[in-house]
Amino acid sequence: MNALLEMQGISKNFTGVKALSDVRFTVRPGEIHALVGENGAGKSTLMKVLSGVYPHGSYDGAIVFDGEERRFRDITDSEAVGIIIIHQELALIPLMSIAENIFIANPPGRFGIIDRGTVQRRTRELLAKVGLEESPDTLVTNIGVGKQQLVEIAKALSKKVRLLILDEPTASLSEKDSAALLDLLLEFKAQGIASILISHKLNEVSKVADRITVLRDGRTVDTMDCHDGAVEEDRIIAKMVDRDLEHRYPKREPKSPGPAGGEPIFKVSNWSAYHPQHADRQVIKNLDFEVRRGEIVGIAGLMGAGRTEFAMSIFGRAWGQKISGRAEIEGREADLSTVRRAIDAGLAYVTEDRKHLGLLLAEDIRKNVTLANLRAIAPARVIDDVEELRVAADYRARMRIRCHSVFQETGKLSGGNQQKVVLSKWLFTDPKVLILDEPTRGIDVGAKYEIYCIINELADAGKGVVVISSEMPELIGICDRICVMNEGSFVGEFAGGEATQEKIMRAIMRKGETRPKELLA
Amino acid sequence: MSEAALKEKPQHAGFLKSNLREYGMMISLFAIMIFFEVVTDGTLLRPLNLTNLVLQNSYIVIMALGMLLVIVTGHIDLSVGSVAGFVGAVAAVLMVKFNIHYIPATLICLVLGGAIGAAQGYWVAYFKIPSFIVTLAGMLVFKGLALAILAGQSVGPFPPTFQKLSSGFIPEMVPDAGALYPTSLAIGALLALAMVWLNFRGRARQEAHHIETEPYGFFLGKNLLLFSIILYFAYLIASHRGLPNVLVIMVALIALYAFLTTRTTIGRQIYAVGGNEKAAKLSGIKTERLTFLTFVNMGVLAALAGLVFAARLNTATPKAGLGFELDVIAACFIGGASAYGGVGKVGGAVIGALIMGVMNNGMSILGIGIDYQQVIKGLVLLGAVCLDVYNQRRA
Repeated sequence: MNALLEMQGISKNFTGVKALSDVRFTVRPGEIHALVGENGAGKSTLMKVLSGVYPHGSYDGAIVFDGEERRFRDITDSEAVGIIIIHQELALIPLMSIAENIFIANPPGRFGIIDRGTVQRRTRELLAKVGLEESPDTLVTNIGVGKQQLVEIAKALSKKVRLLILDEPTASLSEKDSAALLDLLLEFKAQGIASILISHKLNEVSKVADRITVLRDGRTVDTMDCHDGAVEEDRIIAKMVDRDLEHRYPKREPKSPGPAGGEPIFKVSNWSAYHPQHADRQVIKNLDFEVRRGEIVGIAGLMGAGRTEFAMSIFGRAWGQKISGRAEIEGREADLSTVRRAIDAGLAYVTEDRKHLGLLLAEDIRKNVTLANLRAIAPARVIDDVEELRVAADYRARMRIRCHSVFQETGKLSGGNQQKVVLSKWLFTDPKVLILDEPTRGIDVGAKYEIYCIINELADAGKGVVVISSEMPELIGICDRICVMNEGSFVGEFAGGEATQEKIMRAIMRKGETRPKELLA
Repeated sequence: MSEAALKEKPQHAGFLKSNLREYGMMISLFAIMIFFEVVTDGTLLRPLNLTNLVLQNSYIVIMALGMLLVIVTGHIDLSVGSVAGFVGAVAAVLMVKFNIHYIPATLICLVLGGAIGAAQGYWVAYFKIPSFIVTLAGMLVFKGLALAILAGQSVGPFPPTFQKLSSGFIPEMVPDAGALYPTSLAIGALLALAMVWLNFRGRARQEAHHIETEPYGFFLGKNLLLFSIILYFAYLIASHRGLPNVLVIMVALIALYAFLTTRTTIGRQIYAVGGNEKAAKLSGIKTERLTFLTFVNMGVLAALAGLVFAARLNTATPKAGLGFELDVIAACFIGGASAYGGVGKVGGAVIGALIMGVMNNGMSILGIGIDYQQVIKGLVLLGAVCLDVYNQRRA
């Protein structure tokens, strides 16, 4: 059978990081081809190459679609031949109606005047195809995420679609909505539309996929045919991970919990917080939490479990409203009512979103490093520029930030080096307790290892470290203790040595039986 | 800490590139000045005209200093022209109608400016109402209030001592000095020396700490040029009537704001707020308070500009301040400030204001009508910003 799509030897570099190297990937007509791999394996990058988000010339290799080599300059080019991508973050405009959203780019009509009748009729047809009974005039903001996903698919169907790419379509859907969406994919398959399904949920993948391709560290590891007998999930996982945990994480002598370990350095009790917009929604539900001196505590949980919200509500009430509870640092009650006071009390929060919440991207490394503790380099509020440079150069050396000089703009560094700049900024405030939110998100394997080493050193230096992460192997690999959070409460706690992914998942499931089964986050 | 680790250098290629914007702006200013000097047959740099040029543009420069900070935080202030006009009107009413001495009257006016800035900054900073809307409202309110308190008529003249703020010159210390004013020339020379000395001291300090600096030849040439230019302008100024009072105020303010923005923590924090407000907030910076303070500062400077303008006209008119905000905002953007916030320099804003001033003056000498003057200024603004955006993309 001739392939519908053939991607040959695709390589793509971002400043300093190899995102894809020599990837081969084919899709046959009318098949559902699943693409799996860890976070950062290169799945989304590969799809962005395919859809023209990264235009021809910005990558190496060739894309052959329908027997012809294609050089997409942008997403319009790839849509013209029938490659439609539905991104992880939905691209709908909340305050417009379903119909307006579906025909946002090319509304039917003449001379720029929209033919409303046709829009209504065609929207109804498309909605029927995806099994939605909503009125075309319903505002997108008023329907649930599951239905929004279906509207996205209807929008894709409004164009001539030959190959549909779905990037983690079920990540935020309930089990029922997920099942409906997967049925829809099978129906498309019957109509001859091929799909690429990117997903972390291996149970779904093995249910619908014809073939499965595994990516790891930007390379194709294997393509498995599901018709040659069922592909076991364990086999997929083994291919996805490959590295044994021993070598992915630096060695650590775990501090034993209990009175034998260090004394509590940070403690919150009965901590609650409410949603900033919906005052009646309690997001953080009377939590008790403590970190000992020299201890690394992990907080595990699914997206939306309230981990980031918990951390930010502690850190100077940077999230939420009606925050209550008691916080102690080194046994004394701490005033954490503003970010400045939280920093002064010895708390540091390294954000999960370093680009939007962590860095001044247009400023250089030097100014970013000193930002949270200008006092230390500015006696009488006048900045001592030589001292500032000394501090920045010192952190550059200690954290091994790879750059031309500390005058380099942080926006031009790779993700790993940006993360080291953010870490430097917080270390310069000399905190007693650090909360690291997804400290290795979006950075390559080598830099991850370095970050883990830094985390270890911090704990060895007697600081309390809290790591929030969606990557369970990471938490198991580096933490002395793991607390599991779900829907704003702690639902389980494991010593680092005892924790396994299954145990953590089970703790989450016990609490929220109705939630979708997510295997690997 | 080893000394080797301090060998951080702004690489030369990167150094020149990153400073090209500033030097480019300076070069444009000189190119424009030379152009008008030639086409006006030397009228532009005549001592009388140069002095007038300073007097005409002083209030724009003063307001541009405040506007720069507002723009750097990511906001805009459309009300400055109206506020300047309103404060000028208040000054006239206080001094002319109520015969209040000019010192308390001036102080009242500056405090009033600060209060106006605070009133607007409060809504912007703490209520998150877009500054465009708040200051658009302010523009209408204060234009109207100026009309109201002047009852639609011009009020003047001001007491002679108050006029000195704009039309006065510093007293001459040397009696019977003749055509040249030695005191002004000496002050100019001292200023030039001081700047060169500061540059050399800074360089010595950097070298002492093994921080690499720009090439010595380049550094020397730059300072020589700086020295001769300041001295030459001091000579020109001194051969008319000496240093105008308002020029002294202006230079002092420029120095103060340049120091504030580059060397103090509050300056650094203002840039951080404009660069990434959320990151700044999570770094413990009180972003709302800083935004509020930049508006208060803007109000005070707008009031000062209003006083200078009123003193220059020797009367407060209901039309005073009309359209000033546009010149001030244009000066900041021509000077390289970014409309998205976080970027902009005091030197740039001052040069931007001078470019506008020289063009106004030169075109007036040439007899180009006010109609086409505006067309040309508009195109220069657009061109300067396009060039800036183009340079940034290429970088």
